[in-house]
Amino acid sequence: MIPVNIKNISKAYGSTKALKNVSLQVEQGEIFGLIGPDGAGKTTLFRILVTLLLPDEGSAAVLGMDTVKDFREIRKIVGYMPGKFSLYHDLSVEENLTFFATIFNTTVEENYDLIREIYEQIAPFKNRLAGQLSGGMKQKLALSCALIHKPKVLFLDEPTTGVDAVSRKEFWEILQRIKAQGITIMLSTSYMDEAALCDRVALIQEGSLMTIDTPGNIVGRFPHKLFAVRTADTFRLISDIRNFENTGSVFPFGDAVHFTADDKNMILSQLPGYLKKQNHHNIALKEIEPTIEDCFMDLMNKNNPA
Amino acid sequence: MKTGENVIEVVGLWKKFGNFAANKDLTFSVKKGEIFGFLGANGAGKTTAIKILCGLWKPTSGKVMVSGFDVYTQPDKIKKNIGYMSQKFSLYEDLTPVENIRFYGGIYGLSKDEIRRRTREALTMLELENVARRPVKDLPLGWKQKLAFTVAMVHRPGIVFLDEPTGGVDPLARRQFWNMIYEASNRGVTIFVTTHYMDEAEYCNRISIMVEGEIKALDTPANLKSRFNVRTINEVFLKLARNT
Repeated sequence: MIPVNIKNISKAYGSTKALKNVSLQVEQGEIFGLIGPDGAGKTTLFRILVTLLLPDEGSAAVLGMDTVKDFREIRKIVGYMPGKFSLYHDLSVEENLTFFATIFNTTVEENYDLIREIYEQIAPFKNRLAGQLSGGMKQKLALSCALIHKPKVLFLDEPTTGVDAVSRKEFWEILQRIKAQGITIMLSTSYMDEAALCDRVALIQEGSLMTIDTPGNIVGRFPHKLFAVRTADTFRLISDIRNFENTGSVFPFGDAVHFTADDKNMILSQLPGYLKKQNHHNIALKEIEPTIEDCFMDLMNKNNPA
Repeated sequence: MKTGENVIEVVGLWKKFGNFAANKDLTFSVKKGEIFGFLGANGAGKTTAIKILCGLWKPTSGKVMVSGFDVYTQPDKIKKNIGYMSQKFSLYEDLTPVENIRFYGGIYGLSKDEIRRRTREALTMLELENVARRPVKDLPLGWKQKLAFTVAMVHRPGIVFLDEPTGGVDPLARRQFWNMIYEASNRGVTIFVTTHYMDEAEYCNRISIMVEGEIKALDTPANLKSRFNVRTINEVFLKLARNT
């Protein structure tokens, strides 16, 4: 049975089209990432999948059950962590966990093994009110509550938004261990670098999917040669590269500037001399593999030519 | 490297809440026109330090001068000379861009003529003419954040504090936003910015990394990478923040 099967879903809020004819399938045991910025439609899709919102058109099924007809059954077997912290602020850590276990007709003890690693990190604060936890601890408690009934499919809506780089790395280590227990995970993120940690991803922008594939295949389909160049003055470098002939898109990327071009020999032989003439120092130029973020911007430009 | 005068000077800043020290002996300075990245894990004490620098909270001890004014005795002068953009979108959602600019311009005591001029400039620069009369809540997030930045600069402050200005913004809009930051910095505006995107840390002239209330590193991105012998600021960050 396919964990998540979405067929031609559209959803509008008034005149705003949140989702436009979206179709995708999530396979058993994978981590599937919905990658896109705020406002792309990620939360709307999650809310439809966890039966909290009705699509205008199309249908979706979770483990073969229809999200409209079989909503009661679906709610028993999915775990959902919304983007906004939605536990009870005025219950303690322990009370929240017990509450969610009870709602799902189980006990904390019965599935404790599943959450042990996560919960032990917040257990020292089990008597603290959930509203008074730090961001990282709230996130761990929310994940524990979403897992306590041992769901078959776990939906995580932007679990790492606003979370620092260290906690994000730890969170992904936790996800890998949940996956190893056989739980299918569908999550969303606006951090492009997290795409590489998913088995497959869909890149979503303004309600439409731009592509669905493994991160490796998406990178492999990048249609241009991509170069990274560094000099001492990144800001000026951007406009100088734009002015150089036969360059395509030019974007800053950390301490480098990435740009596309198709004639590798010409770039490697002529660009350094040109940059020297423009008074750039410490010039380093090489061809590179694109990242998912490079691919995302390329697809955005293609769908929305300036 | 910027070489001008210091517009932020912090020496031995402590901030305690009861027994808990949120800021421990912070010492740093920021130069005019510099893009200064203020990094740290959640809960490291960044927001506390920013509130003090903006004149909202008083330090427990230490010297803090912002734009030449003392945070203990001249917080109102500081507030007039800085801009602030919060991680939470803080414009009025049901006002239009034009109304938001007029509102914040009025708060900062700009004349009607000045507000009109700034509004025109902002709409042209942001290419917002078409949506100038629609409520802000209808704008895409990337535009909202660019508008929020413009509003934070409406009174032409010498320093602007940006608290995670690009969270959740799409990759193109994120880069357009940084372009605005660079332009402001080229005009001599000092940018004090926090971010969780480590590639954005690389765009800063200098960065500091805070861990549990202390500044554990402060240098140019290039120097930090070579000192820790790694290729990205992300790795520097992970090394520092994990070794606690």
